[in-house]
Amino acid sequence: MILLDLLWKFFQIGLFAVGGGLATLPFLYEMSETTKWFSTTDITNMIAISQSTPGPIGVNMATYVGFLVEGVGGAVVATTGLVLPSILVIVAVSHMLERFKESQVVQAIFLGLRPASAGLILASGLSVATITFFNETVYQTTGNWISGLNVKAIVLAAGIVFLSRKKKVHPILMIVIAAALGIVFQF
Amino acid sequence: MKEWIQLFGTFAKIGAFTFGGGYAMLPMLQREIVEHKQWATEEELMDYFAIGQCTPGVIAVNTATFIGYKQKKMLGGVVATAGVIAPSLLIIVLLAAFLSNFSSNPYVISAFNGIQVCVCVQIMEAVWGMMKKSVSTRSTMGIFVVVVFLSYFSLASPVLLVIAAGLVGIVISGIQRKRGV
Repeated sequence: MILLDLLWKFFQIGLFAVGGGLATLPFLYEMSETTKWFSTTDITNMIAISQSTPGPIGVNMATYVGFLVEGVGGAVVATTGLVLPSILVIVAVSHMLERFKESQVVQAIFLGLRPASAGLILASGLSVATITFFNETVYQTTGNWISGLNVKAIVLAAGIVFLSRKKKVHPILMIVIAAALGIVFQF
Repeated sequence: MKEWIQLFGTFAKIGAFTFGGGYAMLPMLQREIVEHKQWATEEELMDYFAIGQCTPGVIAVNTATFIGYKQKKMLGGVVATAGVIAPSLLIIVLLAAFLSNFSSNPYVISAFNGIQVCVCVQIMEAVWGMMKKSVSTRSTMGIFVVVVFLSYFSLASPVLLVIAAGLVGIVISGIQRKRGV
């Protein structure tokens, strides 16, 4: 039964892919090889679509693969399989946190965890910023790092900082505005 | 019933505008969950992200489950997760069925590049807010700087960093207690 197989395979991915959507990739390559349900070209398409549509990348990829294999039912089943382990694990963790919230050890762990959490997010923001505001191929051909700067992106970023600080524009509205400006000024 | 619909709807809205990985949803969580609905505090959000890093699964789903559970126990976790993945399911199925060359469309690429700039700025602003709350002493500053460095240059995996930071937290608290602070 292919649906059950899909559910089980994506349940395993959800259980073992630690650290976000792209961590599911190696599992998908392996699945393509062993099941022949989809090709590696399909995976490349899937990454492109997952990254240019809303939603967490891991969920998008599961939905896409599920749909390729078994239509709408497959999409629902693969996605359900992917998120089930998360739900089970997080519910268990939440339950324990509630019980031991006042414990000194848990408090101490969070004292270290919070700055680390902020640090991880900043690091990933910086990685995205590097490719967004700096064009490495231009830099390598000209050898002049100023020419590698993406001026359009920097101007847009400054505008967004202004809108969010001074005008308190809602983050969702800002995304819509940025998409529109991206199209108008051909980013 | 109204509360359940709100829980589902809020997360569906966030899911529909999260471009990229789980971090991209942080600015919206801060605005919608912390400021508007007050379902969680800024500190709790940071805890959820840290734990979501080193537990299996997609970070966005982990965070949704945490907040849903806090509101309405297990079923709340399921409903919040269903909300955050519903837009993905719908959009991807439609695209896969009708528009397989969607992502090579020049307008889509331009729009996405604009969005990427926006998400980048929003993440930085979100981190700034988090830093003010969690990086207040020399030792927490130390953890923050080391994690940024090791993670940006991919010298250590997030899982390892989160576990190490938790241990450092225990050591720091132990020292503070010994000094009688």
